[in-house]
Amino acid sequence: MKARVTVTLKNGILDPQGKAIEGALKSLGVDGIASVRQGKVFDIEVEGADKAKAEAALKAAADRLLANTVIENYRVEVLS
Amino acid sequence: MKAAVLVFPGINRERDMARTLKLVSGTEPAMVWHAETELPKGTDLVVIPGGFSYGDYLRCGAIAARAPVMDAVRAHAAKGGLVLGVCNGFQILCESGLLPGVLMRNAKLKFICRDVHLRVERSDTPFTRGYNAGQVIRVPVAHGEGNYAADEDTIRRLEGEGRVLYRYCSPAGEVGDTHNINGAAASIAGIVNDKGNVLGMMPHPENHVEEIMGCTDGRGLFAGLAAHLERAA
Repeated sequence: MKARVTVTLKNGILDPQGKAIEGALKSLGVDGIASVRQGKVFDIEVEGADKAKAEAALKAAADRLLANTVIENYRVEVLS
Repeated sequence: MKAAVLVFPGINRERDMARTLKLVSGTEPAMVWHAETELPKGTDLVVIPGGFSYGDYLRCGAIAARAPVMDAVRAHAAKGGLVLGVCNGFQILCESGLLPGVLMRNAKLKFICRDVHLRVERSDTPFTRGYNAGQVIRVPVAHGEGNYAADEDTIRRLEGEGRVLYRYCSPAGEVGDTHNINGAAASIAGIVNDKGNVLGMMPHPENHVEEIMGCTDGRGLFAGLAAHLERAA
């Protein structure tokens, strides 16, 4: 099964990289960008066909390694 | 002093650290590979040096923090054993949960490689007994992610319990935004855990220990550790 874990910075955590990207978009003249926050996407292939089991494994992966829950939130999706 | 210096793929300051430990204590430290599951018998100080473990992939220190040897380090720390993490070592300690908080991208996004001044906040700890409280020392930094961050409660607890041992400051010892090189909360350069036996710091005291380096201000930290361990032995 294909799955995706998306890791984003929590609200209120300063994101200097997002700010720099925001500035670069402004200087490129891309209109209408209010703000940018940078995150990470992990595309993961999960063994087996048990959706609940896959979600549990992905949650464990996110909690134990993919996200630092001090500063980051994550979202787990089983795509197929 | 029976020190163990941890070696992870991508670490590059381990030999500076080993040289300093030998210089100050007279004893060669053991170099311990990350895949080991035990520390050498009798280890009284674990040092996690600087560098770029695993190429800083995922987050600085994130992968090293999950290496097999870290369980042994956790057990060592739980028994009250001393642990010192410098630069990437500090990041690894935060990622492993041995220290609270996290090291974020420097506020101005630049890698900073230069000497900085640190104020030693107290002298009654194994990591600062080689200095006087309020003393200002000059040591190098070399990092892109040294911007210490934690939630307000954690910062309040660190301050309240006197766990901030080193702070960025001016040559005269003033702390403030202009001297806070990377935007760290409360100008934090180094903190200890709640038991006071695990120190993480971004600057490199091991690189200011001999006259030929142009400064010996970093020596006090290691001399203090050696004196502490000698007294304990």
